[in-house]
Amino acid sequence: MSVAFAILLYIATAILFVGVFLRVLKYWRTPAPLKIPTMPAPVTQMGVVFRMWREVVLFESLFKSSIWTWVFSWMFHLSLLLAFFRHLRYIISPDNIFWPIISLEVIQSFGKYAGYFMLIGLLGLLARRIFVDRVRYISNPSDYLMLLLILTIAGTGLSMSFIAHTDIVALKMFVLGLVRFDMQPLPSSLLLQVHLASVALLMIIFPISKLLHAPGIFFSPTRNQVDNAREKRHLAPWAAKLDANRGHKTKDQLVKD
Amino acid sequence: MADFDTPEYRKYRDIPKLEEGTMSDSAPFIAKPVFQGPLGFPGELVENWQEVAIDKMGDLLGKYRGLQVYLDSCVKCGACTDKCHYFIGTKDPKNMPVGRQDLLRSVYRRYFTFAGKYFPKLVGAKDLTKEVLDDWYSYFHQCSQCRRCSVYCPYGIDTAEISMAAREILDTVGIGQKYCNEIIGKVYTIGNNLGLPKRALRDTLLDLEEEIEEETGLPIKLPLDVKGADILLVTPSADFFAEPHIDGLIGYAKVFHEAGVNWTLSSHASEAGNFGMFIGSYENMQDVAMRVRQAAEDLGVKRIVHGECGHAWRIAYSFWNTLIGPWDFLDQNYPIPQHICEYTWDLIENNKLNFDKSENDHRVMTFHDSCNVARATRMGDKPGGQFEIPRNVIKAVCNHYYEMDPETTKEGTYCCGGGGGLLTDDLMEIRVKGALPRMEALNEVVEDHGVTNMAAICAICKSQFSKVLPYYKMPMDMIVSVHQLVGDALILTGSKEALEALEAAESSEE
Ligand code: SF4
Ligand code: SF4
Repeated sequence: MSVAFAILLYIATAILFVGVFLRVLKYWRTPAPLKIPTMPAPVTQMGVVFRMWREVVLFESLFKSSIWTWVFSWMFHLSLLLAFFRHLRYIISPDNIFWPIISLEVIQSFGKYAGYFMLIGLLGLLARRIFVDRVRYISNPSDYLMLLLILTIAGTGLSMSFIAHTDIVALKMFVLGLVRFDMQPLPSSLLLQVHLASVALLMIIFPISKLLHAPGIFFSPTRNQVDNAREKRHLAPWAAKLDANRGHKTKDQLVKD
Repeated sequence: MADFDTPEYRKYRDIPKLEEGTMSDSAPFIAKPVFQGPLGFPGELVENWQEVAIDKMGDLLGKYRGLQVYLDSCVKCGACTDKCHYFIGTKDPKNMPVGRQDLLRSVYRRYFTFAGKYFPKLVGAKDLTKEVLDDWYSYFHQCSQCRRCSVYCPYGIDTAEISMAAREILDTVGIGQKYCNEIIGKVYTIGNNLGLPKRALRDTLLDLEEEIEEETGLPIKLPLDVKGADILLVTPSADFFAEPHIDGLIGYAKVFHEAGVNWTLSSHASEAGNFGMFIGSYENMQDVAMRVRQAAEDLGVKRIVHGECGHAWRIAYSFWNTLIGPWDFLDQNYPIPQHICEYTWDLIENNKLNFDKSENDHRVMTFHDSCNVARATRMGDKPGGQFEIPRNVIKAVCNHYYEMDPETTKEGTYCCGGGGGLLTDDLMEIRVKGALPRMEALNEVVEDHGVTNMAAICAICKSQFSKVLPYYKMPMDMIVSVHQLVGDALILTGSKEALEALEAAESSEE
C-alpha cells in the first residue's frame, strides 16, 4: 500500500508540474496581437502589477459582480492557502530554515480551523450551482465532481484533525521519505488514504481542467496589458509579417480617386 | 410595429428566470457569394466545413493568447450570467456571456483538450455538427462585442474576443453575415460604409455649408481633400447624412472654424467605421484602416482628429498604432489620433471657446457611455478620461445635466443594443430587446428629473436609439450628438448671435 501511494504521489506531482509548465509555456508563446485591456486600465506597468494583485488577492472583479460568489470563493481560496501553509510541516524537516515560521502556533492553528471555512465556502459554491438556475444551466458534471472532490479532501482532512487522529509522526516520516527518495511506511488509515488519493487526483486533473484559471489569470490580456496603445506600438510577430502587404486592397483606389 | 413584443420594464431590475430557446430563430441574412470573395472568404458553405472550421480554430488559438486563455480558464462561476443586456432582454440562456462562450468552448474541448477527447460527456464537450454551427451563427450575432461581461469576470474573460473568433471561423467556412461583409466590400470599392461616392460626398458637404451659412451668417467650411491641411478629420460616414449625426458634424465644423485651424476631410478615408473588427478579421481590419494612413500621407496632414464613433474610436485609439503605425510623419506634440472631444475640451480649458449655455436650456441632458469608448479606449492622460471629458464638454455647454443609474454608466454601461455589426433591420428583435436595460435607466431619469435628451458619441448608438426609442414609447429625436450641443451653444466670433450677445452685455453694464 505504501508503495502504491508513493508511486501515485510521484506521478501526480510530475503531471501537475510538467502539465502546468507546458500550459504556461503555451500561453507565454501565444502572442496577444492587439491591445485589449478592459478600461479604465493602468497606464504604467506598476499599475498593472497592482491591478493584478487586486484581482488575485482580493478577487476585485468578482466582488463587483456577484457578492455571494465572492464571499464563498474568497473563503474557500483563503482557507486553501492557510491549509497549504499548515501542510508544509509535513514536507519541511525541523532543520530547514523555514521551520521556525511553519511551526508557528498562528500558522498551525489558523490552518487547522481554515478547514471549516473551506467547507462552508465549498458548500456555498455548491449550493449556488444547484439552486441558481443560471449557474445550474452552465454547470457540467465535471463542475459538480470537482467541488465534491475538494469537499472530500477537506472533509477527510478535518476528520483527521478533529475526530480520528492519524499518526502524524509516521505520516511525516512517510512524506519526508518521499522527498528524500527513502521509502517509509504510510500509516494505515482509511481517512488518510482517501485524503491522499483525492489530493493526487486533483493534482492530476489540474493541468487539463478549468483549474487552469490559476495560471490563466496572469495571462489574461484584458487584465495584464498596460493602456499605452497611442504611445507605444504593440506588434505581434505574425502581425508584423502582414505589414508588408497592408492596404493592397485600397492603394489603387487612392490613385483612382 | 413588428412580430415581437417590446419587453416590459422590470419593476425591481430583478434578474430574469431562464427561458430556453427564446432567440434560437434569430439569425441575420447570410452574405451572397459576390460579397464573400473580395474579403477573402469562400462564397458558400464549403464541403469539408467541419475540417476547415476546426483547422481555423486551431489557427486562431495559436494567434490569439486571449482566445486560448479564455477558453481554458472559465470556472463556470456564473458571475457574468446576468451582465449581458441581450440576456436581460431575451431571457435566453445562450445569451448569458458564459452560455455564449460555451457554444464555442464545448467544441474547443472536444477537439483540443484531453478531457474533451476522452470524456466528452463529463466536461460538456460537443462534436461540431450542423446544429452547433447554426447556433454559432445565431448567437454570435446576438453579441454586440460590448465587453460588459469582461468587466465582471474574475479572469477578465472577454466574450467579444470569442465572438470575433467564432465569426471569423464562420466566414472561413463560407457563412458570412450580409450586413458586415457587404459594408466592408463597399469600403474597398467606394471608400465608406454607406457607399457614398466622392462626388455625392462633395455635394452633400456643399449643401451643408450653405445651411450653416444661412444659420450663422458665417462662411463655415467643410473642406474635402485639401492638401497641406493641418488636421485630417476622420469620422463615421453616417455623420454626412444621418440624423442626429449630421448635427454633430456641423458642431465639429463650428469648433474648427472658431479655433481657426486649417482642416480637411478625405474622400479616400471618408469612413472611420471599420467592420473588420466585428468579423474578427485582422487582415480586413488592417486593410480598411489603411485608407486612413494613405489619406494622411497623401494629403500631408500633421494631425488626425477622430469624430464621434465608438467602435471606430476603439480601433483608432487601441489598434491604429499596431495596424497602420508607426505615425512618425505626424506631429508628435499631439495625441495620435486625438478624439474630437479631447480636441474640444482642450480648447475649452484654454478659454479658446465661448458659449451661451442658455441656447441649450430647452434640453435636460443625460449621457450614454458608448461601450467601446468606455471599456476599450481612453481620452486624455488619466484612466477614466473617456468618462470625464465628454461629460465635461456637455456640462460646459448645457445647464441641465443628470446622470443615469451608476450601474448603467461608465465601465458598467449597457450597450445600446445595436453594436458589433447588429445594426441591421434583419436583427430588429434582438436590437429592441437588447436595448431594455438602457431604456429602463433612461426612463428613470426622464421620470425623476424630466430629462429630455440623451447625448452619445457613437454613430451606431445614435442610429440604434433613433430606431428603438419609439418601441419604448420615447421620441426618436431624444438622442443627440455631443457636438450638436457644442455647436448650438458656441458663440461664433462675428456671427449675428455674437454681435447681439455683445450688445446685450454692453447694455447690461451701463
Ligand atoms: S464570470 Fe468568467 S469565469 Fe465566471 S462563468 Fe463567466 S466567463 Fe466563466
Ligand atoms: S460582449 Fe456584450 S453582448 Fe457580448 S456577451 Fe458580453 S455583455 Fe453580451
